[in-house]
Amino acid sequence: MSVRTSRFTSLSGLSIEPVYTPDHLKDWHADQDLGLPGAFPYTRGIHSTMYRGRLWTMRQFAGFGSAEDTNRRFHYLLHQGQTGLSVAFDLPTLMGLDSDDPRAQGEVGHCGVAISSLADMERLFDGIPLDQVTTSMTINGPAAVLFAMYLAVAQKRGIPFSQLGGTIQNDILKEYIAQKEWLFPPEPHMALIVDTIAYCAAHVPKWHPISISGYHIREAGSTAVQELAFTLYDGLTYVDAAVKAGLDVDAFAPQLSFFFNVHNDFFEEIAKFRAARRLWAREMERRYHPKNPRSLQLRCHAQTAGCSLTAQQPMNNIVRTSLQALAAVLGGTQSLHTNSMDESLALPTEEAVTLALRTQQIIAAESETVNTVDPLGGSYFVESLTNRLEEGARDYFRRLDGMGGMIRAIEGGFPQREILDASQRYQRELERGERSLVGVTEYVENTQRPIPILRIGSEVEQEQVARLSDLRKSRDPFRMAGALEEVQETAACHQNLMPALIEAVLAKATVGEICSALREVYGTYREPVVL
Amino acid sequence: MAVATAPLRILIGKVGLDGHDRGVKLVARALRDAGVEIIYTGLHQTPEQVVATAIQEDVHAIGLSIHSGAHNSLFPRVLHLLREQGAGDIALFGGGIIPDEDVPRLKSAGVQMLFRPATPMQEILDFVKGLHVGH
Repeated sequence: MSVRTSRFTSLSGLSIEPVYTPDHLKDWHADQDLGLPGAFPYTRGIHSTMYRGRLWTMRQFAGFGSAEDTNRRFHYLLHQGQTGLSVAFDLPTLMGLDSDDPRAQGEVGHCGVAISSLADMERLFDGIPLDQVTTSMTINGPAAVLFAMYLAVAQKRGIPFSQLGGTIQNDILKEYIAQKEWLFPPEPHMALIVDTIAYCAAHVPKWHPISISGYHIREAGSTAVQELAFTLYDGLTYVDAAVKAGLDVDAFAPQLSFFFNVHNDFFEEIAKFRAARRLWAREMERRYHPKNPRSLQLRCHAQTAGCSLTAQQPMNNIVRTSLQALAAVLGGTQSLHTNSMDESLALPTEEAVTLALRTQQIIAAESETVNTVDPLGGSYFVESLTNRLEEGARDYFRRLDGMGGMIRAIEGGFPQREILDASQRYQRELERGERSLVGVTEYVENTQRPIPILRIGSEVEQEQVARLSDLRKSRDPFRMAGALEEVQETAACHQNLMPALIEAVLAKATVGEICSALREVYGTYREPVVL
Repeated sequence: MAVATAPLRILIGKVGLDGHDRGVKLVARALRDAGVEIIYTGLHQTPEQVVATAIQEDVHAIGLSIHSGAHNSLFPRVLHLLREQGAGDIALFGGGIIPDEDVPRLKSAGVQMLFRPATPMQEILDFVKGLHVGH
């Protein structure tokens, strides 16, 4: 290869020096900025022993077709050594629509599993010991409804809520910013989230009621700095709402969790995890003075970057994912999903998802990177990047404060526009040849080697529609209508909705019915056009 | 090449329920920067809404992005509605996560072009300018 003439910048556009020395860490103090693992400001990790004590949770996001299809995949993954479950719901479920809604046509079971009723949820977790396995559910708009279903399944099996562990994503701010699957306007959505936080604090203490997510912000095209800034600022917005609703910060902050992307820039990503922990600890300390140190600790899940995968030469994605997974481990994540090589084409096949899981297992078992905590701590380069990411995020914090907070900023289109601009900058750099993608801009092969693709048949939709039709005929209509009325009244008078939602799902009201009852009270959201 | 008499008008939008609008917005921006008049519908549009907007706005073509796996039902529905409402002359193209093996069937149904992930923007611009000549 000829002498390189390209600019040396991180994937997020930070300029990178040829070599890093103590001069780059002049204002940096190891005792204040680094500390020890398990101690403030948690730069090196939230636990003192990290992976020496316990490895990260290997949690592959899975969901497709019917509840039975996904249940089989769950049993398969647990049998293969996976240590936690993670549910992907289909788009109609994410949008609070039943499988037989006209808008759901063609989408049932495609991007995840179709869940419309408590009966679907019971089939999804058939044979899974809910008191032993932790379950993460990627659900946002209708999160409280799906959470009510999970609780109802446990209740029917006689499992106390106190033994349930898991997470609902339940992060609506990043939906308005990036992922775009919302049901209601911001204010009632925020109130509903505070309800789930309060309910968990009182009744489901091991549950994480929210997973504040940068993943989708990054997938929408943001830089690492934007991902860090918007995610942590969203987190502070939720804390603020819960505290304003009268909750003690220590009653819920230890159960908050975060979710980050792991993209291609190896060191920048490692620095992002470290900066996230430090910035969160410092901001929580400064703003809320919690007494429980766990309220200062940023726990997180990580997923390798779906948007980094290419449809061209899909086997290359295995290598990309391995590097990203290693960065997440060196960054100190608590759990990890590794993408499958075929995900730029479709949902993963069993073979592809097994390989993705094996990638994590190889890092854990063979790379010997898990023997010491924060192995890159003290590196001039990594500490300097960590500082710059924290500074970049603080700069955004000031701008967002100046706009009156995140909800006002979203209504003005600010984070959306920043992300779109960053995405366009990257696209142009790629097209000008300033960035490379192997198999796409370089080393292109004209002959394609197709890989197997998972197909979702239309029978999933037909079965779901038939089941819903049976359900609507078989349930007690008076109990169902009464439960939905109770949901609406509780929503209208701003009481905690969780008990009413649990009763509604037990009365066999569907996700779509409950969400449309809530839409009548809360209204709908129309996003500002940002182009 | 024919001399442009009126600016090209293109409806760009998302049908179905997925919210992945990064690609579609980049395409919309690039076309707008190239002088094309863009009608951007935003997210979560039904085929009925898209066709109604296309007819009302008198566009030359519709470009749709689908990442949800529902392309095999949504593209044909848009085509059907266009023909049903006498607007079969409006060209339909698209992009997103669409497996190669689905492409021939969608093209023979009448979708003029489907762009794969990582298509260079210039290719999309050239395609759209080519539409203008034929219209």
